[in-house]
Amino acid sequence: MSILIAIIVLATISVFFGLLLGYTSVKFHVEGDPVVDKIDALLPQTQCGQCTYPGCRPYAEAIAAGEANINQCPPGGETTMLALSELLGIEPVPLDDEHADAPEKTVVYIDEQTCIGCTLCIQACPVDAILGAAKQMHSIIESECTGCNLCIPPCPVDCIHIIPVKIEPETWRWSLPESTVTSPKA
Amino acid sequence: MTRSSHQLWRFHGGLKLESNKAISTQSPIVKARLPKRLVIPVQQHIGEAGALLVKKGDKVLKGQVITQSNEYVSAPVHASSSGTVIDIDEYPAPHPSGLNTLCVVIETDGEDKWVELQPTNYVKTKSPAELRQLIRKAGIVGLGGAAFPTAVKVNPGPQAHIETLIINGAECEPYISCDDMLMREYATELISGCGIIQYMVSATHCLIAVEDNKPEAVKAIQTVISEQALHTIEVVSIPTIYPTGGEKQLIKVLTQKEVPSDGFPSDIGLLVQNVGTAVAVHKAVVLGEPLISRIVTVTGEGVKQPQNMEVLIGTSMSELIEQSGGYHDDACKLIMGGPMMGFTLQTDHLPIIKGCNCLLVENKPEETPATMPCIRCGACASVCPAQLLPQQLFWMASSKNFEQVQDYHLFDCIECGCCAQVCPSQIPLVQYYRFAKTEIWSQERDRIKSDHARVRHDFKQARIELEKKERAEKLRKKKELLEKKKIAEAAAKNDTPETEVDPKKVAIEAAMKRVQDKKAAKQTNNTSSDE
Repeated sequence: MSILIAIIVLATISVFFGLLLGYTSVKFHVEGDPVVDKIDALLPQTQCGQCTYPGCRPYAEAIAAGEANINQCPPGGETTMLALSELLGIEPVPLDDEHADAPEKTVVYIDEQTCIGCTLCIQACPVDAILGAAKQMHSIIESECTGCNLCIPPCPVDCIHIIPVKIEPETWRWSLPESTVTSPKA
Repeated sequence: MTRSSHQLWRFHGGLKLESNKAISTQSPIVKARLPKRLVIPVQQHIGEAGALLVKKGDKVLKGQVITQSNEYVSAPVHASSSGTVIDIDEYPAPHPSGLNTLCVVIETDGEDKWVELQPTNYVKTKSPAELRQLIRKAGIVGLGGAAFPTAVKVNPGPQAHIETLIINGAECEPYISCDDMLMREYATELISGCGIIQYMVSATHCLIAVEDNKPEAVKAIQTVISEQALHTIEVVSIPTIYPTGGEKQLIKVLTQKEVPSDGFPSDIGLLVQNVGTAVAVHKAVVLGEPLISRIVTVTGEGVKQPQNMEVLIGTSMSELIEQSGGYHDDACKLIMGGPMMGFTLQTDHLPIIKGCNCLLVENKPEETPATMPCIRCGACASVCPAQLLPQQLFWMASSKNFEQVQDYHLFDCIECGCCAQVCPSQIPLVQYYRFAKTEIWSQERDRIKSDHARVRHDFKQARIELEKKERAEKLRKKKELLEKKKIAEAAAKNDTPETEVDPKKVAIEAAMKRVQDKKAAKQTNNTSSDE
């Protein structure tokens, strides 16, 4: 008899919790993957595709799915890699040698004398930073340009050039003092 | 003399430094000669730069406004003398980066002719808001060095109640004596300026704090106060400890109160203004003159005649050095600001700006002290006036741990340099903090920019998607239309398959019939004639 009571009690409890869990999973269902959002928030949003994925969000999705490594973002450099490693709780991975230092920030500019107004660059720009229309001169809105350089390959007349972002006194940074602090030799 | 009347407290840490002020206070303030050329940077303050109101070739008068901005945190810039705008271009700025900044270059005409000024005879006929507007128009910024727009600072908001106005005449950094000389020579104007600010923020009393190594200044102010029998303004002589001129440190010394870490003095009912700023306020309100000059200390062992000079904004530093007897042969380093918080300049062909209080020429050959590893002695922590842990900040900054360094209140660091001064290992600690601060700001800018880029990218994706959908829709509609037409045609054909007569066919048939008829008629004719 007592074993029957135990079974009934346990069954009731498990049914109750089963229903509760079922209800909550419907009620508090989260659309999309919050981890992807968090990863995407750390990426520099250049949409340059240098990670081999077609944009920052696809790369974030790939990282979340465990398909991509966290060291594939050259514009983000070491800072982004470290932030990702902290977020995901994985060991930092060294960047490829050529991207070891955070690269110099660049934007592009259009040589307006040469531009023929083909609109190919406008279609390539991931952030709508190019202004112009067919057979009209195009120009870059510098403040919107992310420096992804995606507009350069489609240009038929090679009128798009890469220039470094101008450093103003307001955006200038102090450099880290040369590593004068050396640990005493044992 | 007044020390006994006001109770004083002590802030944490600090240093007693050799003041070296006497070398530049031997002679009264000298008015610098009117330079041939003035290079006036558009951005001399914290906040937004204004838009230019002049163009190349324009004639300007002394005190004429040349930039204006609608931003709240901003200050206009004025022509320091009359003349012609000969260039508007990028010139080297007095900034640690040595980068160029947009400047208006004025060739002076020697007449030094003022624009029409609008003095205010009775200050109290104007409302505080009107006075703030006057201060704003005059382009006044904090002259202690930070160059924060004063009109913004004297408007702490409707909920803040300012009890005490503190006028900062501490001038704690060695060598600098421009505030000392200003207090000695412009005590009347200073008191007038204090009165105006006090009225604007309706502070019940005003304390003028002066370090006790400037007895002449205290005396000069005291004389004016007793002459005018002012009861709400008091001059307080405070002990000479570096950096007692720091806003938060001065507040602690005078009131024992501490400003919250991420708050402002107005949160605890206080407002601090520099003595130079108070004099500039007097000039702006009472005389109507904008801020076009300031007092600069030209001093140091590397310059022949150390002195204080009243200098027009935009005057080249090289001219000031020249008028101070020039460099000694062993002069080796030019610093803007004092030896503790100033920064080295690469050249003296730079303009004086509103925030430049001192040019220090050092003659000691720069010994590069061998930096040794941190031995964790803790000397830095014991002198830190902000009660931070400099050692921890150093470790975190050098390992680029920017998140943690903020948890340890990096942004409460006032970069006074006490920690680096006492460090037995000669570690340039402040440089690490400056590095970390600018790095964090840069990351913040990047984050804002990337968020912006994400929004634009998403928008573009959405737009492309929408266009695709629209195109598909259009195509589908066209196809539908075409199919409808075809069906309609087919239906029409089915309805009248035989009844339809081709008029051509009819015509041909009719013609053929006619021909046959004719032939038949001929034949009948022929047979009848044959008979």
